[in-house]
Amino acid sequence: MSTATTLPIQLKGATVQRKGKVIVGPIDLSVEGRGITMVIGPNGAGKTSILRMLHGLDALSEGSLHWQGGAKRVRKKQGYVFQTPVLLRRNVLENLVYPLKLRGMARVKATKHAMDALAHVGLNTFAQHAARTLSGGERQKLALARALIMEPELLLLDEPCASLDGNATKAIEAILISARKTGTRILMTTHDMGQARRLADDVLFIVKGKIHEAGTAETFFAAPETPEARAFLNGDILP
Amino acid sequence: MSEIIEAIFEALRLVLSLDADLIEISLRSLKITLSAVVIASVIGLPMGAWLAVYNFRGRRSFIVVLNALMGLPPVVVGLFVYLVFSRTGPLGVLGLLFTPTVMILAQVFILVPLIASIAHQVMRDLWREYADLLSSLDASLWQKIGTLLRDGRHGLLTASLAGFGRGIGEVGAIMIVGGNIDHATRVLTTAITLETSRGHFALALGLGLVLVGLSLLVNILVHLVAHIREVEE
Ligand SMILES: Nc1ncnc2c1ncn2[C@@H]1O[C@H](COP(=O)(O)OP(=O)(O)OP(=O)(O)O)[C@@H](O)[C@H]1O
Ligand SMILES: [Mg+2]
Repeated sequence: MSTATTLPIQLKGATVQRKGKVIVGPIDLSVEGRGITMVIGPNGAGKTSILRMLHGLDALSEGSLHWQGGAKRVRKKQGYVFQTPVLLRRNVLENLVYPLKLRGMARVKATKHAMDALAHVGLNTFAQHAARTLSGGERQKLALARALIMEPELLLLDEPCASLDGNATKAIEAILISARKTGTRILMTTHDMGQARRLADDVLFIVKGKIHEAGTAETFFAAPETPEARAFLNGDILP
Repeated sequence: MSEIIEAIFEALRLVLSLDADLIEISLRSLKITLSAVVIASVIGLPMGAWLAVYNFRGRRSFIVVLNALMGLPPVVVGLFVYLVFSRTGPLGVLGLLFTPTVMILAQVFILVPLIASIAHQVMRDLWREYADLLSSLDASLWQKIGTLLRDGRHGLLTASLAGFGRGIGEVGAIMIVGGNIDHATRVLTTAITLETSRGHFALALGLGLVLVGLSLLVNILVHLVAHIREVEE
């Protein structure tokens, strides 16, 4: 990995439209520093859309998005786990070898590297299984391992623990905590407020396509500023 | 009815006697069509994947034209190729008219739009599944196309087999550019046409059954090979 960075990412009035309707924005945001930012908010608030925007998957209709070092390097420096994991129609091991080979790594080296990554998420016994035969939780682990394998500087995770049981969630959280320790910047969404409290350094609270509240996890969970945030944390319907 | 039964016996007799002419004609049919299918697949399959992945201005029109070309009457293709390769045509000096080579070429023209079109449909569905992921992993255009071709290969087999079916049964174009010359360019379909016009219906039907049998055989073989591969994976 080169040392060049794509952080900070700066959004100014960034807006995404679909079918003439604003689905997210305008958003002002700067992603930099360290740690885990938890993006939370109700269904349809725009959490996925924000993550996709930061990854350069959807074009802005208005505003600007600026990656340090330019757009070309972004994908090489970011790992993304989709809300519904997308797996290649290959076996489990090949799903991990694939991104390495895209970057020109030799097969032998890539295979060894991929086996290590599989062991890291506890999927090594599945190496030769077709990826489509994995369970929902196993798919998520595989998708996470694939995002991690390039040692990205920014990890974008869209509900990485959505269908995981308690043990699997703990395992994933341990992986994320160790990634944070090695300096990986993480932006993730979750509907699990327990997880949000456990992992978050910062919180972005999204309502109706906008950042409704932003701050450190400590303040947000202890003393949310807005009635919407208070209601959300209480599990109430938003006012 | 009796004619059909007679034809079946004729076909059996032809096949069982290992009639030298029949074998020669059948092998020529296979050789020409398989060559055309391979060449047309090498062009058409990546073209289909490219069309699924690459969003350029005019892609829609390109696809419309491609689909229209799929319905191009083979006789017209034959006539066009004939004019190009006839002695006074632009490529006349090559002296390829009435050879298997030009028959293959005519079939390639007919098969590329068909194979590319079916491949595009198969690839479009797979691309819907893969687009976000491959973009996220920063695959280049050619890496994306390569990935689609590899992971969609079973669907692409169908495209090539459809090409084979169309090619092996095609008569209009290869009749014009090949000339149906005995021991040189005669193939099953043109032989059937000839025998029918001579009133040898049983023989014509017999050849027809051989044609159908060959076509089935190739399909079955290909699917078997694909299936074995799939099980091994
Ligand atoms: N391709 C699209 N076309 C039209 N509308 C879309 C599209 N993608 C997203 N939207 C809309 O944009 C809004 C935000 O969607 P988004 O997926 O970002 O929400 P989310 O916060 O991730 O929700 P969830 O918690 O359910 O995952 C939703 O109302 C959604 O219906
Ligand atoms: Mg979402």
